[in-house]
Amino acid sequence: MKDNSGYISKRKFMEELRRYQNGSVSRRHFLGVTGLGAASAVMGAAIPGLRPTAARAQTDIGDRVILATWPNYHDPENFEIFTETTGAYTQVNVFGSNEEMLAKLQAGGSGWDVFVPTNYTITTYVDEDLIEPLDLSRLPNYDPSAFNPRFADAGTVNGTVYAVPKNWGTTGFAVNSDHEGGSAMSSWKAFWDRTRDDFSGRTMVHDYQLTTIGNALKYFGYSFNSIAEAELADAEQLLIDAKPHLFAISSDYQPAMRSGDAWLTMCWTGDGKQLNVDMPEIRFVLGEEGGELWSDYYAIPKSAPRKDAAYALINFLLDPEVNAREVLAHGYPTPDQRTKDLLPEEILNDPILYPAEELLSALEFGAAATLTDPNRAELMARFKSA
Amino acid sequence: MTRRERNWLLLAPAAAWFFIMLILPLSFVFVFSFGERGDAGGYVAAFTLEQYANLPARFAAFKNTLILAPLGTAAAMLIAYPLAYQLAVRTDPKWRLILLVLVIVPFWTSILIRSYAWIYILGGQGIPRLLESIGIDDVRLIYTPFAVLIGIVYGYLPLMVFPIYVALDRLDKRLLEASADLGARPMTTFFRITLPNSIPGIATGCMLVFILLMGEFLIPALLGGGKVFFVGNALVDLFLQSRNWAFGSAVAMTLIVVMLVTVTLYMRLIARLNTQRDSDVSLM
Repeated sequence: MKDNSGYISKRKFMEELRRYQNGSVSRRHFLGVTGLGAASAVMGAAIPGLRPTAARAQTDIGDRVILATWPNYHDPENFEIFTETTGAYTQVNVFGSNEEMLAKLQAGGSGWDVFVPTNYTITTYVDEDLIEPLDLSRLPNYDPSAFNPRFADAGTVNGTVYAVPKNWGTTGFAVNSDHEGGSAMSSWKAFWDRTRDDFSGRTMVHDYQLTTIGNALKYFGYSFNSIAEAELADAEQLLIDAKPHLFAISSDYQPAMRSGDAWLTMCWTGDGKQLNVDMPEIRFVLGEEGGELWSDYYAIPKSAPRKDAAYALINFLLDPEVNAREVLAHGYPTPDQRTKDLLPEEILNDPILYPAEELLSALEFGAAATLTDPNRAELMARFKSA
Repeated sequence: MTRRERNWLLLAPAAAWFFIMLILPLSFVFVFSFGERGDAGGYVAAFTLEQYANLPARFAAFKNTLILAPLGTAAAMLIAYPLAYQLAVRTDPKWRLILLVLVIVPFWTSILIRSYAWIYILGGQGIPRLLESIGIDDVRLIYTPFAVLIGIVYGYLPLMVFPIYVALDRLDKRLLEASADLGARPMTTFFRITLPNSIPGIATGCMLVFILLMGEFLIPALLGGGKVFFVGNALVDLFLQSRNWAFGSAVAMTLIVVMLVTVTLYMRLIARLNTQRDSDVSLM
C-alpha cells in the first residue's frame, strides 16, 4: 500500500493508537494526527445522533455556543471537555479591541452567546441596553466570596450583576535589557524620554487610544483616564514629538520584540510573561507613576440566541479545576481564590503576574468615559496621521 | 414576451443586486454623513454639515493615499509591462500557459498571510540581515512608506500583468514584421507600434489597481506599522475604534467623490490618447 501523505496509513494509525493507549501522546494529538478529531467534529455537526451520548443525559442546551473573546485567552482542551459533557460545540470569535466588540454589538446581529468585556465597558453596555442581567442561580460555580472584590465590582451596576470576573492584569512596558546600557528603566518618564534618545526607532506603542494616550498622560503625572482638555493637549504634544522615534504603532508587538527589531514596547501582563519566559533579557516593568489595571468579565448579550448554552458555558469556565487549566494555558492572573489554591507556587510568586501591592496601588482602572470620549479618539487619529 | 421585456428580465438579477448591495447602502452612508455621533458612538439623526467641515482633520490620510496610490500604480505598471511583453510576445506558446498560471498562484493564498510574510522578509532578520553580511549596515525597511509600496506592488502585480498581456497578445504580429521590413529599428517598432497598441491594456490595468489602492487599508496597517495612514485606515478607525459613524460616512462620501473625479479625468486622458493613436494609425 502506498503511503499517501494526506491520509494516514493503517500501520501508522495503529502506531499512533498504541502511543495514545500508552499515554505517551495526548488525546488531542491522537485525534489531530489521525484525522479522527476533524472527522468526528464534521460528522457530529451533520448527524445529531453521533453527538456524545452524555448530551442526552443532561438538559439539552443545543449543539453550539458562540464565544466572543480575546486572542490566546483559553485552553482549547477545556472546550473539548465542554463539548463532551454537554454536546455543545464552542465557536470562538477573537477580537482586537473593546471598541470593536462594542461596535459589533451596537450594529446588531452578532449571534454571540457569551462575550468577554473589560471592566470599563460594562456601564456603557448597560446604558445601551446590550447586556443581560445575570441569573446567578444558573451559575452555581460563581461564589462571590471567593473573588477579590477589586476585580469583581465592575460587573455589578446599580446593584444588578451583569458580569462575572474572568481574569485581571496590568499594562506596563517590556524592555530588552541588553540595550539599557546599565541604567534600568522604571518609569513612564524614562519610557518616553529614552524613546526620543537612545531607544529612537526601537519603541512600539499600542494601536489603542486608551493605553497609548493614558501612558503619555502618566509622563506628566496626570491621571491615566484624564479627559481634561489641557492635559490631553500635553499628551498630544508628547505623542507627536515621539512619533518620528517610534518603530511602530501596533498592538502586535511580540514578533518585533522577539526578532530584536524593537527594544521597548507598551505591554500587557500576559505578553510580558510570555516574552520573559522565552527571552529572560526582556523585562516587564510597571511604571512607577502608575498606569492601567484591568479586569475582564464573562457576560451575556441581550441578543444572545442560545442563553441556556451561554449560562452552561460560563458556569463550566468558573469551575476552579477548569479555570486553573485556563490560567496555566494563558498565563493571566485570576481573581478567584479557589482557583489560586490549585495553582503551583511559582505562578503565585511570579512578580510579573502578581506584582507587589505597592506597585498595584499606583495603578488605575480605565473609566467608561475614557473609552467613549470623542476627543481622545480624535487625538489618536491625529497622532496616527501626523 | 417582447424582446424588450426579455432584456429587462435578464437584467433584473443584476439590477436587484446593484440596488440592494450598492445603491441602498450608499444612500445610508449619504444620510449618515449629515448626522451626529451618539454619546457612546454610533449615529444620531440630525442635519448638519459639521462632519464635512471637519474633513481637514483627515487631510493627511487623503494626502498619503493620493501620493502612494498613483506611485504604487506606476511602479506596478513599470514592473508588469516587461513581464507581460515577455509572456505575450517572446515566450514559446507551449510555456505560456504554465507561466501565466505562475502569475496567478499567489492569489490562491490570502493577501493577509502573504503580507504578514513580508513583515518577516523586510524585518531585521530578513533583508537587512542579508545586507549587513555584505557590509551595508542599519537598513530600515519594515514599517516605512517604502515597505508599503513594496507590499502594494507585490499584491497588485497580477492585476496589472493580465490586461497588458491580453492587449499585447491581441497585437497583430504581422505589424511588427512589416515595421522591420520597412527598416524600422526594434526600438522604433516598439514605440511606434507595440506601445501604442497596448495602451488600452495599460489603461485597464492602471485603473483596476488604482481604484483598489484608493480603498486599501490592510497593507499600510501591516507593513506601515500604523505610521502610514491611508483613507482606508482612517475609515476602519472611525467605524471600529471611535465609532463615529457620522464622520466616517462623510469621509467615505468624500473618498467616493475624489475617486469619481480622478477616474473621470483619467478616462478623458486615455480617450484622448486613443484618438491620437487612431489618427496615427490612419496616417500610416
